[in-house]
Amino acid sequence: MLTNTEVRSKVLDIIADIALDDDVTGISDEIALREQLDLDSMDFLDIVMELKKRHKIEVPQEDYPRLATMQSCVDYLAPKFNQ
Amino acid sequence: MSSSEKYDCIVIGAGMSGLASGIRLAMYDKKVLILERHTISGGLNSYYARGKRKFDVGLHALTNFVGPKDKGKPFNKLMKQLRIPYDDFKLSPQNYSLISFPDKKLKFTNDINCLVQEINELFPDQVDGFINLLNHVKNFDEVNLNNETVMAKTVVRHFISNESLVEMIFCPLLIYGSAWENDMDFSQFVIMFKSIFLEGFSRPEGGVRTIINLLHQKLESLGASIRYKACVSKILTENNKIIGVEINDNEIIYCDKILSSMGLPETFDVVNDSDFFKKYPKPNIGKLTFCESILITDKKPKELGIDATIIFYNNRPEYLYQSPTTLFDRESGVLCFPNNFNYQNNNTYNDDYSEGVLRVTNIANFELWNQLKMGPNKEQYLEAKEQVFLNAKKILSASGLNQDYQILFKDIFTPTTIKRYTSHYGGVVYGSSDKSRNGKTPIDGLFICGTDQGFLGIVGSMLSGISMANLHVLQGDS
Repeated sequence: MLTNTEVRSKVLDIIADIALDDDVTGISDEIALREQLDLDSMDFLDIVMELKKRHKIEVPQEDYPRLATMQSCVDYLAPKFNQ
Repeated sequence: MSSSEKYDCIVIGAGMSGLASGIRLAMYDKKVLILERHTISGGLNSYYARGKRKFDVGLHALTNFVGPKDKGKPFNKLMKQLRIPYDDFKLSPQNYSLISFPDKKLKFTNDINCLVQEINELFPDQVDGFINLLNHVKNFDEVNLNNETVMAKTVVRHFISNESLVEMIFCPLLIYGSAWENDMDFSQFVIMFKSIFLEGFSRPEGGVRTIINLLHQKLESLGASIRYKACVSKILTENNKIIGVEINDNEIIYCDKILSSMGLPETFDVVNDSDFFKKYPKPNIGKLTFCESILITDKKPKELGIDATIIFYNNRPEYLYQSPTTLFDRESGVLCFPNNFNYQNNNTYNDDYSEGVLRVTNIANFELWNQLKMGPNKEQYLEAKEQVFLNAKKILSASGLNQDYQILFKDIFTPTTIKRYTSHYGGVVYGSSDKSRNGKTPIDGLFICGTDQGFLGIVGSMLSGISMANLHVLQGDS
């Protein structure tokens, strides 16, 4: 059973690998990731593909908006990590 | 002979677009194989060595220069998609470049304000129009795959009424990336304008090798492989769907999808459907090709009076970007001085050339060179190359290079050289004048990337490989 903090850190690992020239240590959980980091739609697709590759988690296209902030990522992904 | 292994995707060509697409596919666990008919990678942007000297071909400068913190620009997008850190490219920006016409010279740098100021001085009544053009360009969505084709000169003339200024603005943009003679599609114009005037030129320390090595390291770390001396002799289809390729006329490799960077006419010619061209029109073979003189000198250009990075030289009132009726166009050319990047800019990267390097590129006529090359008298071909070299010296001198230098080595390549190494029909550098913007072909599972998808230059071709891999293989998957 992963805690929310552990889920957050797994998501952060993915984001750090994608936005590799950005500092991801100070990300605020409530503000849209797009506003804090240099992420575009191509990069969000990468986050989805990384979730599938690393954790076998599928995110259907209609759920992409759920990945908008770090908090919404954790809320949405925690149950999937723990399935 | 046939291999029992089946690939998710075969990438044809280990040029910039092929390597970049291979990285994306391998990154997401696709079983991918890159096939390259030559013995090294790079395609149109490659390298060679003579003795201890290293030479770049293709790349004069890397366009789309941005700093590490410029968000959302093509270069940064590309690095993120490939997961290669900015600093690994070891970029030094240009000093400045010149557009040199008979009675006027326009200077530009990686800061657009320099060009605005120059236009304000030389064409004061045009500067407002130019600023409006700038805004139009900045707000234009050039990579939208649904843009209508509109000729760029028509659009630009709405903003700029002085024909010499129109010619001067188009000169670098045409010769650095137009597959069409004398004009280009407006979307392509915007891509070129942003990459050259708004973002600008830089050079990686070590030249094109640095980029190719980075791509190789990435591919290797992901476990993908390149097979050299593998010439695709047939693209195999069944019921209009890809099933594999035949290489070197004797070996079959099966796959589900193909990304081809061979070029549009070159790709369609190897599809094993004898009725293909009864059903679909044959793409045009482009006309734009070049010859280039590379001179190694005992002194660097700065000591000889030139500190510009690139000079777009034109000795006519208008700029003729078209296949010449002679072997090469003597009256225009691009002069590139790789020693003249701003290496001190960050105190990190150096001019890796210990000697002077002068490159002069002229528009050339493939057919005429090919006749000489194929002709019975090899001396004529060599003599023509000597003419290219003598003309290069003349243009260098006309551009202000002091003649007090010794040539330590020289090499001249021609359109037939380009054809030999890239296998592009007609030795074309910017591909066919027919593009497949969305990468699709009439064959299910066959997609085009690279030059004939339509994103040009080193940054453009890598973006092409990435976006076609994303769109047609990775996304097409879910």
